[in-house]
Amino acid sequence: MAIDYSKATGTGSSSGAPGGGGGGLLKPSIITGIIGGVIGWLLGHWIGNSFTQGYQQVQGSGSNDIAEFLGYFGMIIGWFAGLGALNYPIKKLFGVEPEAEEPVTEKGWGKYFRYTLDHKTVGVQYLFGMLIYFFTAGLLALAIRTELLSPTYHIWSPDTYIEIVGEHGTMMMMMMTSVVLGPFGNYVVPLMIGSKRVAFPRLEALSFWFTPISYFILLSGLWQGGFQSGWTGYAPLSVQQGVGQDTYILGFGLQGLSMVCASTNIVATIINYRAPGMSWSRLPVMGWSMLSLGFTMILSIPVLIDGLYVLGLDRTAQTSLLYSGHGGSSFLWENLFWFFGHPEVYLLAIPGFGLVAEIIPVFARKPIFAYKTSAAGFIGLAILSFFVWQHHLFQSGMNPDMRPLFMLTTELISIPTGFIYLVGMGTLWRARIRLTTPMLFMLGVYFNFLFGGLTGVYVSDVPINVTVHGSFFVMAHFHYTIMGGVIFAFFGAIYYWTPLVTGYQLSEKLGKIHFWTMIVFFNSTFLPLFAVGALGMPRRVFEYAHRLQFLNQWVSVSAYLLGASLLFFTVTFIWQIAVTRKPTVRNPWGSRSLEWFVESYPPPAYNFKRVPVVLSWPYEYGDPNALPVADIVNETKDLDPVGRA
Amino acid sequence: MSQNVLDDSRSVETTKKAIPKLIAVWIVTSLIGSLLVWFVLGPHLPPGTMTDQAAGAQFDIKFVSTLVPPVLFFIWIFFGYSLVKWRVRPGEDPLAPAADFRGNSKTQGAWYIITTVLVLFLAAFGTYFLVVPAGAGGGEGPNPIWTPNTKNMLQVQVIAQQWRFTYRWPQFGGMETTSIYLPVNTEIQFNVTSLDVIHDFWAYQLGVKADANPDVNNVAFTKTQQLGRFTVRCDELCGVWHGAMYNYGYVVSQAQFQQWATQMEAQNAAVTKLLPKYATTYTPSYAGNGGGYYPPQDPNANL
Ligand code: HEM
Ligand SMILES: [Cu+2]
Ligand SMILES: [Cu+2]
Repeated sequence: MAIDYSKATGTGSSSGAPGGGGGGLLKPSIITGIIGGVIGWLLGHWIGNSFTQGYQQVQGSGSNDIAEFLGYFGMIIGWFAGLGALNYPIKKLFGVEPEAEEPVTEKGWGKYFRYTLDHKTVGVQYLFGMLIYFFTAGLLALAIRTELLSPTYHIWSPDTYIEIVGEHGTMMMMMMTSVVLGPFGNYVVPLMIGSKRVAFPRLEALSFWFTPISYFILLSGLWQGGFQSGWTGYAPLSVQQGVGQDTYILGFGLQGLSMVCASTNIVATIINYRAPGMSWSRLPVMGWSMLSLGFTMILSIPVLIDGLYVLGLDRTAQTSLLYSGHGGSSFLWENLFWFFGHPEVYLLAIPGFGLVAEIIPVFARKPIFAYKTSAAGFIGLAILSFFVWQHHLFQSGMNPDMRPLFMLTTELISIPTGFIYLVGMGTLWRARIRLTTPMLFMLGVYFNFLFGGLTGVYVSDVPINVTVHGSFFVMAHFHYTIMGGVIFAFFGAIYYWTPLVTGYQLSEKLGKIHFWTMIVFFNSTFLPLFAVGALGMPRRVFEYAHRLQFLNQWVSVSAYLLGASLLFFTVTFIWQIAVTRKPTVRNPWGSRSLEWFVESYPPPAYNFKRVPVVLSWPYEYGDPNALPVADIVNETKDLDPVGRA
Repeated sequence: MSQNVLDDSRSVETTKKAIPKLIAVWIVTSLIGSLLVWFVLGPHLPPGTMTDQAAGAQFDIKFVSTLVPPVLFFIWIFFGYSLVKWRVRPGEDPLAPAADFRGNSKTQGAWYIITTVLVLFLAAFGTYFLVVPAGAGGGEGPNPIWTPNTKNMLQVQVIAQQWRFTYRWPQFGGMETTSIYLPVNTEIQFNVTSLDVIHDFWAYQLGVKADANPDVNNVAFTKTQQLGRFTVRCDELCGVWHGAMYNYGYVVSQAQFQQWATQMEAQNAAVTKLLPKYATTYTPSYAGNGGGYYPPQDPNANL
């Protein structure tokens, strides 16, 4: 039995975290982190410059990749030292037993700017981090669309343009992979499984604090000449580039480390920290999706890091592993990259589906349909995602005889994807449906993903791929699956769990305005792009055929309106949690899931006074006589979650 | 134990009665949709019919597109019906339980079987139309395995470099041109390579796409069947001017082609003599005036 009673019943004290005693500016926080980062960068950069001076390739080249790398290495170490993240491991290393501290109970806002070990604090940090990263990359997308208003008149220079495309894509891909795991996996899943804590709070905190610095490093590429290789970083182009490419390697690599830490923690937590009675067959589907996601991350991200390492060696130590002239091969990068890259796109799909399957039964008042099939769907997606990577390389010239095989494996993925539709549709059948804001977003995922999935059949069919590969058709396809899938689910989840996380209720009216504008403008932005691509417009270009101007302008205007919809969300969301602050009622959606039965919203430190005993399946919505989900339900059901007088 | 009493709209009987009607609506809408796709949209679908391969791709796109309306309408009708029919009505307790079932082995079984059959069919369909039209215009690497049934092919080498395409014609003295003309009704073998980074030779109307990799010969086949102009674009990000890396080519009559080629050959004779020997791949060199490129085995490459 994988349930661990002993740890979960303790206070969960994790000793030695920074941020306890002391005070003033020197108390470790984001500020000391920045100071540490600056010092580290100066030191690293100086070392890099001084010991490479004598080399011909550096002299007079105007760029020194070694100094660039060492500067950032110094910055990373300084950042974590400044945050106080290294105190505990270093003390341990020297055999000093760090004093016990209770970081989890810190009151006030300060804790959100500190390296803290409370999974709920980390979840909130992630939520705001992710919103910032998403909006930054979203603004870059509008910059791209502005250029494409005209086929020939240019807003940006060609190099700036292609750098913006690369920054947008890389930022979105590396950050949005954590868009569900970070905020909701960390915050809600431990509550859902009845745990007082996560398995590895330090790994979890580390995973978050990787993100601001990787965000900064990636963006810093913009003022260092950028990288012109797009998010795919194909060699030898990426070897040819200036130091901006190093920010791609480091930014992406650090975010990869973040994902490895976060996924290790969530997997260990789900396996070991389930409350008594939370058997595998009662695990919420969100848990299944996080488990599948976690394993996929642990297995795929290291391949990315290896690839980036190889690329980094080619760029600094002048190895030529990716350059065929000296025995390497540019196919090596393509294989390594997509061996990571395809699982990556499923890292973006699985958590979205997890949210959908979790939230729909609440608003359908029915048990989830085919629970086991949904879990099988996530696992199937996770496994198959490792066997399809060459579908990105159908025209590359490698292994033509493998094409039918990769076409088959790719199309097989439609089967587990179909499971998710089956689950949703079965759950709606003879249901009692409430079209609340979160529910609308989840239904929106089904609507959008349908286009993404159906066009997936086109791109995976090799003869059709000849026409659509590398065109805006593919670009529309993956935006439908990602933006239309996980990003919609993410916003739905924000509306769903904000009452729990903040204690405040969000307005349904404003939420619905956000939903309807977002789905209309999203579709009006991306639907025409299928046509644009099929009519011959390649991705990543700043010039296109005159006859495509009308469609492109339509798309750009829609993209601005989509941006306006997201701005509307930002303003109303912040307004409602910072100014109007309407207190929520207990369990506002009438969910049966354990997270809503904590004593107060937000949940107290260590979540539950005692570990709950799980009594039934969380989806017994159809049976009025079903046992409550856990024994604590009756104890907390009359408590006012926000302590109103 | 109190029984979970459902109102009429959610009862098994009512829903059972609705199913045949839903299926009828689905069949009619799908039929209309698919017929429209096949007959109205079909002939205009990309990438046209300038070559055998383009026409093949158009057929594939048309075929897959006809399968789209049934799937789309199935899902839409299902969701539409459920949302309208089973939405909470005013006055109803929104939290009251709805139907209590967790699965349905027949529905689930049917779903698994239908999706699996569909997927296997699509994979077989794709494979057939990949193999039969000689690789369907895609780059097959240095040793193509699906080849046209003829020895009589026009060889065109596409050399990509930052940021332009040039073409070499081994059957015309190994000359190199910046423009491309192709004879109609002719099997063409493109040999695509690059001198620097990865590019991609995308001749949209020809239905041809092949990555141009340094030190790799990527072969693609097509058979021209219509006169006209085609667009060549680079389709793999290759740096700053990637967006401007395009030109136009023409499919002309065989006589016109012969005339163009012999004229080019004569015009370029002096330059052709300076070119390295024709090879499937080349190594660029930055030595000498303006640099150049050499066959990989060329002894001068190391000078
Ligand atoms: C906010 C709405 C968004 C808009 C308006 C948008 C728009 C765009 C545009 C115009 C491009 C450039 C296409 C080209 O010229 O090749 C692009 C590329 C891309 N986008 Fe988005 N995008 C959005 C959201 C997202 C999201 C949520 C993701 C993923 C999480 C994403 C991932 C990418 C990727 C990977 C690329 C390719 C970059 C490359 O070519 O290297 N985008 N997007
Ligand atoms: Cu893929
Ligand atoms: Cu190019």
